[in-house]
Amino acid sequence: MKRFIPLLALFLAFSCAKEKQDVSRIEGKRINITDSIAANEEIEAYIQPFRERIQEDMQKVLSYAPKDMHKRDGELETTIGNLMADFVKLQSEPVYKKRTGKSIDICLLNHGGIRAPIAKGPITTQTAFNVMPFENSIVVAELTAENVHALVNYLAEAKRAHPIAGLTIKLNNDFTVHEALVNGKPIEDGKTYTVVTSDYLQHGGDRMYFLQDPVTLEVLDYKIRNAMIDYFKTVDTIPAKLDGRFVKL
Amino acid sequence: MMKRRDFIQHSLATSAFVTLGGLSLQSFTVSSAKKHITILHTNDVHSHIDPFGANHPRNPNQGGAARRATLVSKIRKENPNTLLLDAGDIFQGTPYFNYYGGELEFKLMSMMKYDLATIGNHDFDNGIDGLYKQLPNANFEFVSANYDFKNTVMDTHVKPYKIFVKDGIKIGIFGLGVKLEGLVDKRMYKETVYHDPIEFAQDMSRVLKEEEKCDLVICLSHIGYNYKKNPERPSDLILARKTKNIDLIIGGHTHTFLPKPTIEKNIDGESVLVNQVGAYGIYVGRIDFYFDDEKNVIANGKSIIV
Repeated sequence: MKRFIPLLALFLAFSCAKEKQDVSRIEGKRINITDSIAANEEIEAYIQPFRERIQEDMQKVLSYAPKDMHKRDGELETTIGNLMADFVKLQSEPVYKKRTGKSIDICLLNHGGIRAPIAKGPITTQTAFNVMPFENSIVVAELTAENVHALVNYLAEAKRAHPIAGLTIKLNNDFTVHEALVNGKPIEDGKTYTVVTSDYLQHGGDRMYFLQDPVTLEVLDYKIRNAMIDYFKTVDTIPAKLDGRFVKL
Repeated sequence: MMKRRDFIQHSLATSAFVTLGGLSLQSFTVSSAKKHITILHTNDVHSHIDPFGANHPRNPNQGGAARRATLVSKIRKENPNTLLLDAGDIFQGTPYFNYYGGELEFKLMSMMKYDLATIGNHDFDNGIDGLYKQLPNANFEFVSANYDFKNTVMDTHVKPYKIFVKDGIKIGIFGLGVKLEGLVDKRMYKETVYHDPIEFAQDMSRVLKEEEKCDLVICLSHIGYNYKKNPERPSDLILARKTKNIDLIIGGHTHTFLPKPTIEKNIDGESVLVNQVGAYGIYVGRIDFYFDDEKNVIANGKSIIV
């Protein structure tokens, strides 16, 4: 007990002497992390095995591109856009069919979602991460014929090479719709059509509002990038073609 | 309510001002400045562990966890009374996340001795179970006042706030999260309940200031800086204006690269700092709080230098 008394006295003296503190000055700024700051060696060494494992995978050759493919190599359709729309539809079809018993009629993606070109030569896992860095996931929205018309009009007005599959569109010289066919047939009133797209677009991305209130919606739990990697593994050489699916007369 | 005088200094060239600020510190604060707390912060790092490559079009050779670690330990050496905070979206954005599910992000943050983080919408990207699974790799805690995790695996693992005491200064930090519905798949966040962040912040700041008697109140927010097209949507600027007793709001979500902290007036007309450092670990935010005896502050006012 004796030992406590001086301690207590000290504590009391300290607390009494202590003035209430308040903020007198604030300074705020940001510090840029650049190569002028040396890397912490311990951290760097810790990252290294994780990095090596990823790099090994990223360099794995999955397929082959017969030529350079980029999103401006056509006017309303592009080789890379056609590839994207085709594999998203192809890879999603069995998953969707198994769950719902229905087939996929149309694929619609967005031109802005193609984030990198595919260079002629070997295609690696890294290619898939470059083209599709986002985690966008595949959904299938069942649309009324009215909304499919809205989709076609959107594409005509956008005048952009948004990737499509299962749908062919011919525009007049003034960008009005001349003909729009789903699987080779005109859009029938009263029918519904299944559209495979990304969750981003279905939620109103790129103002594709016709996707927002579908008759039915199926979330496939399948990322676009994973569909791409799965697809690349099944083909020796990927197609790089313009086939007239979206043209202006 | 005591009316304090705030002297706000804006600088045109930040680099020039840093020197000036250093000089003024030497010249007039040696006698009066008593205590010094440094807050370092990141947000929306999005699994950017490696620096951007030399040929990256926007941010060549910038960022990188190992460099951030060097900077943080240097500042900690200068001022041991430093807190390192993250305002969410730690996950998602590079293959490191796709491959390891956030393991490396949390481990590196632990090695850097992060003190606290809040939860961003992308931290649910592997589901709430995916986040829970990585918790053993985090030696730091998570705060969120407006997410109710009661009916999820995260129950008891996220507190509304945490209090740190550094050099006798009591610092209360609470977290805020963005509305999940429409942003994150329900199957990912499951039974996490979102509450209005402004309302919960009003209550939190009262608890921290009046009940817990904190000297500093900080909000770690992932609700977004400001929504120009949707000005009613809860944001850090609205939060600053509609609350009181918050000293600093550290934001995230909107990837807003603020060249310097914004100074807003709160409901009592007092200054609140709002800061956000963009994304990807390209910047670290640094806020220094210097303390003095209350009577001196009343007499001399408070200066804010940004």
